[in-house]
Amino acid sequence: MNAASPGAPVAFDEMRASDGTVRAAYSRLAQWLDNTPPELLARKRHEADVLFRRLGITFAVYGEGGDTERLIPFDVIPRVLTAPEWDALSEGLVQRVKALNAFLYDVYHGREIVRAGKIPAELIDGNEQYRPEMIGVEVPGRIYTHIAGIDVVRVSADQFYVLEDNVRTPSGVSYMLENREAMMRLFPELFARNRVQPVGHYPDELLKSLRSLPPHSAADKDEPTVVMMTPGAYNSAYFEHVFLAEQMGVELVEGQDMFVENDYVYMRTVAGPRRVDVIYRRLDDAFLDPAAFRPDSALGVKGLFEAYRKGNVTLANAVGTGVADDKAVYPYVPDMVRFYLGEEPKLANVPTYSLRKPDDLKYTLEHLPELVVKETHGSGGYGMLVGPKSTAAEIEAFRQRIIAKPELYIAQPTLALSTCPTFVDEGVAPRHLDLRPYLLVGKDVKLVPGGLTRVALRKGSLVVNSSQGGGTKDTWVLEG
Amino acid sequence: MAMLSRAADQLYWMARYMERAENMARILDVSYRMSLSSTDGDSEHMQWGPALVVAGCEGPFKETGRPTDARNVVEYLALDPANPSSIRNSLGAARENARAMRTQITTEMWESLNATWLEIRNLDYEKLEAMGTRAFFDWVKERSHLFRGVTYGTMPRDAAYRFARIGTFLERGDSTARLLDVKYHVLLPTARDVGGAVDYYQWGALLRSVSAFQAYRRVYRDVIKPRRVAELLILRADMPRSVAASLGELTGLLDEVREQFGRNYRSAGLAHTIHDRIRFAKIDEVFEFGLHEFLTDIVDSNMAIGKAIAEDFGLPY
Repeated sequence: MNAASPGAPVAFDEMRASDGTVRAAYSRLAQWLDNTPPELLARKRHEADVLFRRLGITFAVYGEGGDTERLIPFDVIPRVLTAPEWDALSEGLVQRVKALNAFLYDVYHGREIVRAGKIPAELIDGNEQYRPEMIGVEVPGRIYTHIAGIDVVRVSADQFYVLEDNVRTPSGVSYMLENREAMMRLFPELFARNRVQPVGHYPDELLKSLRSLPPHSAADKDEPTVVMMTPGAYNSAYFEHVFLAEQMGVELVEGQDMFVENDYVYMRTVAGPRRVDVIYRRLDDAFLDPAAFRPDSALGVKGLFEAYRKGNVTLANAVGTGVADDKAVYPYVPDMVRFYLGEEPKLANVPTYSLRKPDDLKYTLEHLPELVVKETHGSGGYGMLVGPKSTAAEIEAFRQRIIAKPELYIAQPTLALSTCPTFVDEGVAPRHLDLRPYLLVGKDVKLVPGGLTRVALRKGSLVVNSSQGGGTKDTWVLEG
Repeated sequence: MAMLSRAADQLYWMARYMERAENMARILDVSYRMSLSSTDGDSEHMQWGPALVVAGCEGPFKETGRPTDARNVVEYLALDPANPSSIRNSLGAARENARAMRTQITTEMWESLNATWLEIRNLDYEKLEAMGTRAFFDWVKERSHLFRGVTYGTMPRDAAYRFARIGTFLERGDSTARLLDVKYHVLLPTARDVGGAVDYYQWGALLRSVSAFQAYRRVYRDVIKPRRVAELLILRADMPRSVAASLGELTGLLDEVREQFGRNYRSAGLAHTIHDRIRFAKIDEVFEFGLHEFLTDIVDSNMAIGKAIAEDFGLPY
């Protein structure tokens, strides 16, 4: 969105108030920016690129020609939150992830929320990510999403909205960690002047969290054998799988490295088979087990799901969590908080129109040029309409798609995503941001102070996805 | 920590490919040196053909239809993405194996392999020439030295380290045996020049290609004689690139693995048997048996050890 377009809401500038004064969070950073020439920023940005490429911090893109290993652009200017801002946000996130887990348990057990009339049954039964195989399966601690990434955007000094929940296999946390590492290498003096809360202990917390929910049959309940399961070196997030396995000190396994015998899972090692208790899996449900799901999957382990159902292995995340992060279910999450926790949501949703509802559909079709319309199953910024940025012809084309299958879409007002100073071709200029904090759910819920800030590098753009010209920034939460 | 069989396999191949890249650079370097010291009568084909034979690339190169000259052979063996044995592809394969098992190696090892790959992946013949052909071979050897040094200097002495080293020494013993076998037969017809300048330079070049020229002088204090070159490169345990030294390292590593896992492996027994045969052999016996036959036995034995290792440790499946 262009801030100059008439009638458009003005984006919240995280560094400066409308009168130009610098907000508290950025006071030291603003000073530093004033004293740092663009040439230095450009040199540091180049150093960061070299560093990332040398370390192999890339994501893989196939089928588009060119380099298959790409860098996500890294912006050297950090995004800053104060401790009170972060604390308020994280309370809302913890509350939300608890409700999502309670919902998932309910979906596969009593379905009380449906019986109470809060959520229509067809949203569950008609969902591609719903796994009837999971009905009645007891998972350790009744935890389904062990690792969740909840995307939030900021619209004012104290208003954050949840944009979407990612409770299947959220990625990007390695960028949170490596961005911090890079910033500390490039600008050590900044960390001397600003007291930034550390994020580097995330892998420790992750391992503790995974270990806290062993299967009932684990030989050593205090130190169950944890592995990280990857689809392999050609997966776009492979670098992250390597990074996390390495940081946790656990084996990075592929499906071919494991087998199931008598409903127990083993990995093949040079010293013979070894029992596996907890699998942090980074591949979709459908590929986990050719015997239970897609029979053509060469990435999974035959018999894994049966071992899981019998409680002989913990899968993180559980099977069937996708039913909770569908965009059609998203509008109901605040109701889940009220229903399961008996609390008012501390973190709001973006006002959302469900186009499966006739009134919402009517409103949306009348206001398309102002709205953002998304596919309920889409991701990565594809298959969406950003009304204010689209031509009349594009809007009309999308209108026909909506009319054909309205239940596939939701609509939201075009939000004025907050901005933060970013180093771009024209110099230091404001660019729109979002934030993905990562929640770890084990015996209790943990999150490290920060997350992955994604930034739309194109002027006026609201799409922060790396596949659409987005970059990342280090995210600072200052000490209180 | 337990070690995945696939990890062992990939570490082993990572090291083998790195060693293979280095040996290919050595093969090309020796051809290059020989071409500088050859007489006018030798065609370029005579000078560069042997490199293709040693590298085991004679057939595939012929299929390209290109004439056997310096540029074509260097380009094919060093840079050609279509040649699975090219230096470029070996360095790429070393890196891909490392990438598939990054958790098993140190950051320094990864950075060194990755930096090497980033430098060579876009290198073409024009750039190689601008860099200097010899400088390029030196660069490959240095990257390999660096990789081995980083491995030695940063990896914990666990199973991962041992499997990487096993790959290094299996490849090296194999390569030295092949190099000697082919060179011996290529060089022998020129024996009419024994004692002549060409002979001296050609045997000298062979020794240099395995960094053994100075050692030869120190050990034998004699003019370069084929039989002694063979002795140095097959039987001398104190020559780091000799067959005997490579097998010595290999048996030591397999013994360590055996101790670590407390099992008896067929590969270790086999390596010991073959090592003993070399250790107690005399060069005269080798020649009596037939040098070519002896070297062929070594190459076959190396393959048998490799197969036994795969079976013992469940790789690859």
